[in-house]
Amino acid sequence: MAAEKELQVKEKQQAQQQAESTRDIPVYIPDVDIYETQDALVMLVDMPGVAPQDVNIDLKDDTLTIRGTVSDYGLGETPVLMEYGVGDYFREFTLGHYIDQSKIEATMKDGVLKLVLPKVDRAKARKIEVKAE
Amino acid sequence: MAITRWSSPSTFKPLEELERLRREMDRLFDNVMSQRSWLTPKVYPPINITEDKDAYYIRAELPGVKPEDIEISVEADTVIIGGERKAEDVGTNVTYHRKERETGKFKRAVRLPTQMDPDKVEAKFKNGILTVILPKSEGSKPRQIQVKAE
Repeated sequence: MAAEKELQVKEKQQAQQQAESTRDIPVYIPDVDIYETQDALVMLVDMPGVAPQDVNIDLKDDTLTIRGTVSDYGLGETPVLMEYGVGDYFREFTLGHYIDQSKIEATMKDGVLKLVLPKVDRAKARKIEVKAE
Repeated sequence: MAITRWSSPSTFKPLEELERLRREMDRLFDNVMSQRSWLTPKVYPPINITEDKDAYYIRAELPGVKPEDIEISVEADTVIIGGERKAEDVGTNVTYHRKERETGKFKRAVRLPTQMDPDKVEAKFKNGILTVILPKSEGSKPRQIQVKAE
């Protein structure tokens, strides 16, 4: 019986200068998982506190830019203990040429953004049958 | 010709120099280590506690966790938040390019300065943020006391 794995705490990393927000709150780099299936590249981005309509995904040339703005919560309350910072999220990726940019889909649920980036047809692994002669 | 007496106790104290060096190094280290602006806890999840005159609010960032996988229990002055963050079902035959999001179980106890009424505690989960609202009991709300002029 394997031991149960307990979650560890990771400090949030702040994004560099380029991601500075016009509002006076910090900007963080969200955690992502990127995995490749046979037909597509799937990206899962952790952005808690961001509503689906506050996510901004930009695709220019080969650069995919993800930006999430957090709706202000907790205004008017006095802090007692703050263990994490509240801020927007920003991350950029360069896509390879095997992604079909016109077919990218995005869904957002419970603070997790899921991006499905389908591969261009010729990049999908194809089995080539060997015919015996 | 002046003869300098190196061994005189008033002119040369080698150990004192060393002591001073050690103090400088300690001060240098303290300056570097105290740059942290957030108290990083050792237990997941990190929480923010805020209050206003009516209630305490405990917030935790739990993206990707389903509300049915979160357990909250209240006892006297302690709130226990526990649950599990499950991995998404990705199917077979996938290769990971990057895996930064972690999965697993978590359980954390938070102690508040006042006793709470378990019946009045509310919990909301929206966009991956869990908010636990703990109304302050009437006895612990601040009360204005009138100053009577005599």
